[in-house]
Order: sequence, then structure tokens, then C-alpha cells
Amino acid sequence: MSSRKRRDLGTAAMMLLPSLAILSAFVLYPLGRAVWMGQQRCSAVTKVCRSSGWGQYLDVLQSSQFQNALVVTVKFVLLTVPVGLFLGVVLAVLADKAIRGIGFFRTVFTSTIATSVAVASLMWLFLLQPSIGVLTNVPFLVKLFPVIKNPGLLQDSGTALSAAAASSVWANLGFTFVLVTAGLQSIPRDLYESAFVDGAGGFRRFTNVTLPMLSPVLLFSSVVLTSRAFQAYGEFDLLTGGGPKPQFSTTTVTYLAYGTGTSIGGDDGLKSTIAILLFVILLILSAAQFRGFGKRVEYGN
Amino acid sequence: MASVTLASITKKFGDTIAVDNVSIDVADGEFMVLLGPSGCGKSTLLRMIAGLEDPTSGDVFIGTHRVNDLLPKERDVAMVFQSYALYPHKTVQANIEFPLKVRGVSAADRAKQAKDAAELLELTDYLKRKPGQLSGGQRQRVALARAIVRQPAVFCMDEPLSNLDAKLRGETRAELVALHQRLKTTFVYVTHDQVEAMTMGSRIAVMSKGVLQQIGTPQEVYAKPATTFVATFLGTPPMNIFPAGSLEPGTMLVGVRPEHLTIAADGGVEATVVLVEQLGHEIHVVCALSNGTKVIVRRPADDDNLPQDGNVVHLEAWAHRRHHFDPDTGIRVDTE
Amino acid sequence: MATDVAAIDRVNGFWRRAGRYTILAIIAVVILFPIYTTLVAAFKPGSIALRHPLLPESPTFSVIKEAWTGGHLGKYMLNSAIVCLIVVVAQIITSVLSAYAFAFLKFHGRMVVFSIFLATLLVPAEAIYVTNFRTIQSLNWIDSFKSLTIPFLATAFGTFLLRQVFLQIPKELHEAAEMDGIGHWGFMKEVAVPLVRPSLGALGLFCFLGTWNQYLWPVLVTKTNDYRTVQSGLKVLASSRLDSPNLVMAGTVIAAVPIFVVLIVFQRQLIRGLTAGAVKG
Repeated sequence: MSSRKRRDLGTAAMMLLPSLAILSAFVLYPLGRAVWMGQQRCSAVTKVCRSSGWGQYLDVLQSSQFQNALVVTVKFVLLTVPVGLFLGVVLAVLADKAIRGIGFFRTVFTSTIATSVAVASLMWLFLLQPSIGVLTNVPFLVKLFPVIKNPGLLQDSGTALSAAAASSVWANLGFTFVLVTAGLQSIPRDLYESAFVDGAGGFRRFTNVTLPMLSPVLLFSSVVLTSRAFQAYGEFDLLTGGGPKPQFSTTTVTYLAYGTGTSIGGDDGLKSTIAILLFVILLILSAAQFRGFGKRVEYGN
Repeated sequence: MASVTLASITKKFGDTIAVDNVSIDVADGEFMVLLGPSGCGKSTLLRMIAGLEDPTSGDVFIGTHRVNDLLPKERDVAMVFQSYALYPHKTVQANIEFPLKVRGVSAADRAKQAKDAAELLELTDYLKRKPGQLSGGQRQRVALARAIVRQPAVFCMDEPLSNLDAKLRGETRAELVALHQRLKTTFVYVTHDQVEAMTMGSRIAVMSKGVLQQIGTPQEVYAKPATTFVATFLGTPPMNIFPAGSLEPGTMLVGVRPEHLTIAADGGVEATVVLVEQLGHEIHVVCALSNGTKVIVRRPADDDNLPQDGNVVHLEAWAHRRHHFDPDTGIRVDTE
Repeated sequence: MATDVAAIDRVNGFWRRAGRYTILAIIAVVILFPIYTTLVAAFKPGSIALRHPLLPESPTFSVIKEAWTGGHLGKYMLNSAIVCLIVVVAQIITSVLSAYAFAFLKFHGRMVVFSIFLATLLVPAEAIYVTNFRTIQSLNWIDSFKSLTIPFLATAFGTFLLRQVFLQIPKELHEAAEMDGIGHWGFMKEVAVPLVRPSLGALGLFCFLGTWNQYLWPVLVTKTNDYRTVQSGLKVLASSRLDSPNLVMAGTVIAAVPIFVVLIVFQRQLIRGLTAGAVKG
């Protein structure tokens, strides 16, 4: 067998080289380098970096800007993920009936999957901007919610994050809908029938059959939506610019690192620190989701 | 055409011994059957001939060449797999032509040779179809055609009939034997079905747990089994093995085939009739010895003199119908 | 009596269905609302852009044309198309190669290399943008197609996807090919790749969508309109033409059209690809 293994080694090396080269150069090396740079301070102008000690990670973690950004990020995740999952399930269940014209509705519900972050954000910008926005031109809404015009949903520190969250939930709806629909369609009908025979009503069947059988899909969607929400950038770049200042109400951790006009400036070292901290947080979160949620996941028969 | 020689082949997978020091000589043009239950090492042996596995120790010769270090394609061996292994996305014709295409045969020659092989196996109507559109029997013939078209020195076949239904199996058996006679190439054929082995092979190599039990013609293996394993594996119902001292005094196990046992008034060994099975073409009288050993006697269908359930009978057998085996090793002992 | 029950059921069924349709319609309207207003604005001539945002008026293509030329959307689309083409082809090739190696080859250290690939999946893009940017800068690749494509020529995701599919090819097929005399490269070309064509399509689709929709990286590494892609170009358009919101909306429409088209044409493959991992977990 060893001669077979030896023969294959040469071929394997040739086949793996392209992927390995790219991944090493543009994923693994940068990661290591970023960890190292995380303890450096860099000049925004000359790009020269000097080590400042590993305590920098702790300093940044404890800094008020980072903590603020973390709070904003967590708020954003809490605003988008549960709502997104819930709406996705509701829509999928509503559309899971073979009635005439259901295909049209399914297409409509899936349509937001075609929007990129930039496209969706600009569409919502158009809706929400106080000067030009669509909502400001609807008089009875403005009377009901004066904040729409003054200073604007995206400009008011209380509503800005929620407004951004709404656009994000809308954009991700198609994705969640497609996944949950597929999950629903893979549930064997006889499970429902046996529950029905046992006397379970609609709601009971939903909680005892549908939800458990959907758990792998929900877990997957939850992990994807959460990591997307944690890494969200484009929404804030286009809708609010991280503001409104001085509260920095929509400056998430990612925006803190890469956005313009934040307190980080052009310091690549600090940016790396934030980026690595974000990476670690995400890792812990994904692991927690898999363990916590995953324990309740059933993988079919 | 070539002979195949396996010299002291041993194959280990980790600590498990799959093939234990097996030596077999297959003569040029012979139809050699490797017979045994699943897990006995017969498929592993076949794959070592084909070059899909390397022996842990021992040598494989095809003709006079030692082929241990040669890749399958260099050995001039063709293989027919149990699941046929046809390329699902290629047409039947493309499947058959494939080995030739790999060897750089021109398109025109390829087409002709494929057509010849297809004619031989009555596949000409299906050349443009894909395997998914064929029945099991047709797919099997495509697999055969693909092997034939290479005109190899040796054909290796790994239980090619086991995925066919019983009727088709019977028909295809005869076709394979005819094919062998037509091509006059060496066939090495693996099966667990003793009927296939008995009707198709010029010689049978019986294996159990990696050990070669016996090689011989079907008649030799049936009439003079070398071990209790061979004795009970071939023949339906299997040979009855009487514990030492029951049928006759002594320390040897005694084997008698069901058709050679007679029900006598006295003598021999006592047994109680448990069940009389009517099979239509014959009758099986199932008995139990005093120590519980099950013994079956075959009687013709028109036998009037059958005992009843619960009767106590005496079972006897002619001396020359008795086979003696060592009780510890199971190996045949010839008392002549 | 039986007919009465049937009639009642039919009436009940009618109201339930009507109720369902109503809810579905309301939700559909809510979801389509942003798209609708965008389309209305994109087709309104500049002069009356902001009146009656809910009603189309004097629809015209002029705004869209202006967005394409003056707003540079045409150039942005071309750049995006070039980048996507390069990246998709490259990712398919590199993924096929590495997936094949993991699926069909036995070699020492296979598990180690596999774990390395796995590890790269855990790294979020943002964590490495800073260092990658510095690398790009030092190589002088800023504002070029190189910076937009080379870091993305390979993907562990694609490798895993194709490896799964390759593993489903029965081992005996590979052995038969070995007997027929073909080596690994030949088997890859003649058997393995043709058999996984649908998955290649799904992978290509994913790569295309992901690359077309990239936002932060193109924003970081492109500085001129020569190399801007559609998403980063939209940002430029939005910030520079605040005065003409309908122009910005027209740009948005242009940017969204290719994806809509692709998704409608390939919707089955997309759904199959998306759900393959999720439903089976």
C-alpha cells in the first residue's frame, strides 16, 4: 500500500498546490500577521508600525469605544436575527400550501435574496431619508411619527439602529425563506398524519412536529444570520456612516475598524486588534450556538 | 491468454489477516472459481490478481511475469465488477470503447471493435443508450463487453451474477460458460454460490477465513472434500457430520451426504424424526441425534415408506459413502 | 345531510383561503414596497423626481441611461463582470483539483492539510482585510483587477462542497477506470468532473453571487472608476449625487438587474445548493 501512497503523494501535491498557495497567502498568513499587528501601533501616514505590547488587546477590549461598539453590535444582532428567523418561518409556513398562485407569492418572498447589501441599503435610504425619502412624503405617517421628518429615522440616535436593522431583516428575508421552505418540504407527511391521528391540533402539530424537524435548518440559518449581522458593514456605511454622532449609535465593531470618521483613524495596528477581537468573539459565539442549539437539533430518522 | 500463479500470498489489513498464505496455479485458458462465504478472502485475492490491492507478502505471476509492482493497466487483466461499474454519463458504446480510447486506438477501430463485442453479447440495439436506461442483465453484458474488447490475457470476475434475479442468473450462467469456451481465455471467477461454482468452473478453489481449503474439479471437491468446511459448504442440503462415536465407533467425525443415508430397521445410529419436508421433487426427513445434532436424509418424492414425526429410526450408510475427518482440525482422514 | 356538511366545509374553506390570500397579499406588498418605490423613482425624469413617490409619472429611460454613462454604472458593471468571470472560473478549477485530491488520493498528512482547509473557513473576511490590504499595497496592486481577484482564486467552501459530491461516486467506478488503464488526471477529466456537473453549476452560482455582491473589499482597494465594481461604485454614486436621488435609484436598479436575471434563470440550482448543507445539517 505504501507504494500506492507514494505515487499519490506527487499527484496530490500538484492538485492541492493552487488552493493551498492562495489560502495560505491570503487567509492563513494574514491571520497570523493580524494577530501580531494587533499589538502594534501604526502611523496612519507612514504605515510604519511599532510594537506596543500584548496588553493592547486588553486595552482595546476595555476601551469605551470598543465596548460601545460591541453593545451596538449585540443590539443589532438581537434586532435582526430572532426577527429574521421568526419572519422566515412565518412566511414559509404561510406559503407552504399548494393553493393557486402560491408560486407567485413564493417568488415575491424569495426576491430579496437578489439584493446585495449596497442595493438593499440604498433602497432603504431612499425610503428613510428625511429630505428626499418616500416616507417623509406620506403626510399621515409623518404626523403619527414626527421623527420620520425631524431629524429622520436614520439621523435620530434612538431609531437609527432599528432602521438599519429593518433594512437588514428585509434583505435577508429571501434567504431565510428559501431555507425554511426547503426544510418544511423535507418533513415527511406521515409525521403530521400520525400527530393528527393522535389528536394534535394545528398549533400542537407545529410545535411538536414542524419546529423540531426544522431545527437543523434553523440552526444553520441562525449561525449564518448571526455571523452576517456581526460582520455587517455596508448597511452602516451607506445608511448612517456610523452615526449619528456623538453617540455613534450605529458604529458596530466592524465599522469601528474600517469605517471612516471613527476614532481609530488610520491606525492599522488598532484595526487589527479590533478585527482579531471580533474574530474571537465570533468563534465563541458560533461554538456556543452549536452546543446550545445543537443539542436540541434532530437530524431526522 | 496466460496462466495465473499466486505464490504464498498473504494479505493483512492492519492486524486482520484477510488472506493467509494462499498458493493457487490457474492454468492457461482455465475457468477457475474462487468459492467461499463472504469475508473468506476470495475477492481480496481476485483484486490482487487485478492489481487493485498489493499483497503483504507473496508473489503474483501472470504468465511468467511477476506483476506485483505493475499497475492494473500494465497487467493485461480485465475486471467485471459486482455492480458493473459502468460510467453512467457515457453511452453503452462509449463505455465499451473507453479502454480502447485510453490506449489511443483510433476512433474508427474503436467503433468496430466495440461493435464486435456488442454483437457477441447481443447489445447492438442498445449502443446509443445510457446505463440508466438498461436492465440489470443488459448492464452486466455491457460490463462484459467492456472487458472483452480489451482482449486481455485474464478475465477477473467479482460475483457478476449476484445482482441478477434467479431466472436471469440461470440463463446468464450458461452464457458465461459459452463465452469462456468461445474466447478460450483464462477466467478467474469469484462467487459465494456453490451452484455457480459447480456448473461453471473447470476447477474450484474453496476458501474460508482467508485459508485455502481445497482446489479441485467440481467432482473432486464434491466427492472427496478435504475438510469439514468444504464438505458442508458444497451440496444442498449440506453433508451431515456425525459426532465421533455415533455412526460408528472411533474418534473420527463421520460425514455422509443426505442422499447416501438410508433409514434402516436397526444398526447404525439412532435418531428421532423431527420433521418430514415435502419439497415437491423430493422429500427431506429431518432427524435429531440423541445429542441434538441435526441430520437430513433425502428420499425420492414417491417414497411410500416414510417415517412420521416423533418416530425413532436407524440411520445407516455404506462404508464407501462415509467421509472421515479429524475432530480437531476438520481435515479429511483417508482410511484406506 | 352529507351535502350540507360538504357545503359548510366549502364555505369554511373559502373563508380560510380568502384569509390566507389576504395575509399573503399584505406581506407581499410590504416586501415589494422598497423595490416598487425604487423602480418608480428610477423611471421618473429628473425634474419631477420627488413628487408623489408612490406613483409613476412620465416614465422614461433617460435617468437610467444617465446613470449608466454619467453615473459610470456601465463601467462598474463591466468591471464586476470581468472580476466575477475570473474568480468564478478560478474557484471552480482550484476547488475541483483540491476536492479531487481529498476524495480520491491517499497520501500521508491528508488529514493535516484537510484541517488547514477547514481552519480557513472559520476566519471571517474582516479579520484579515487589514493585513491583506497592506500586502496588496506593498505589491502595488491597489486599484487593479489583481487586487480584486487574486486573493479569491481559491475557496475552502468550494473544496468541501465538491469533495462531498466526489465521495458519492462509487469506488468501483474508479477501480474500473483504473482497470481500463486511466490515471487520476484522466479519471478526473473523463468521469469525475462530468458526473458532478450540477454541483459545479451550483458552486459557480455561489461564487458569482458572492463576488458580485462584495462590498467592503472593493471599497478598500479601488480608488478610480477604472476599477470600481458595481457595489463600491454605488457608494460613490450615492455620496456624490445626493442631489439626484432618482439617479441613485436608477443606478441601484441597474446594479440589481443582473442578479435578478441570474436568479430567475438558475433558481433551481440556487435552491438546491443552498439547502444541501442546511437541511441535512
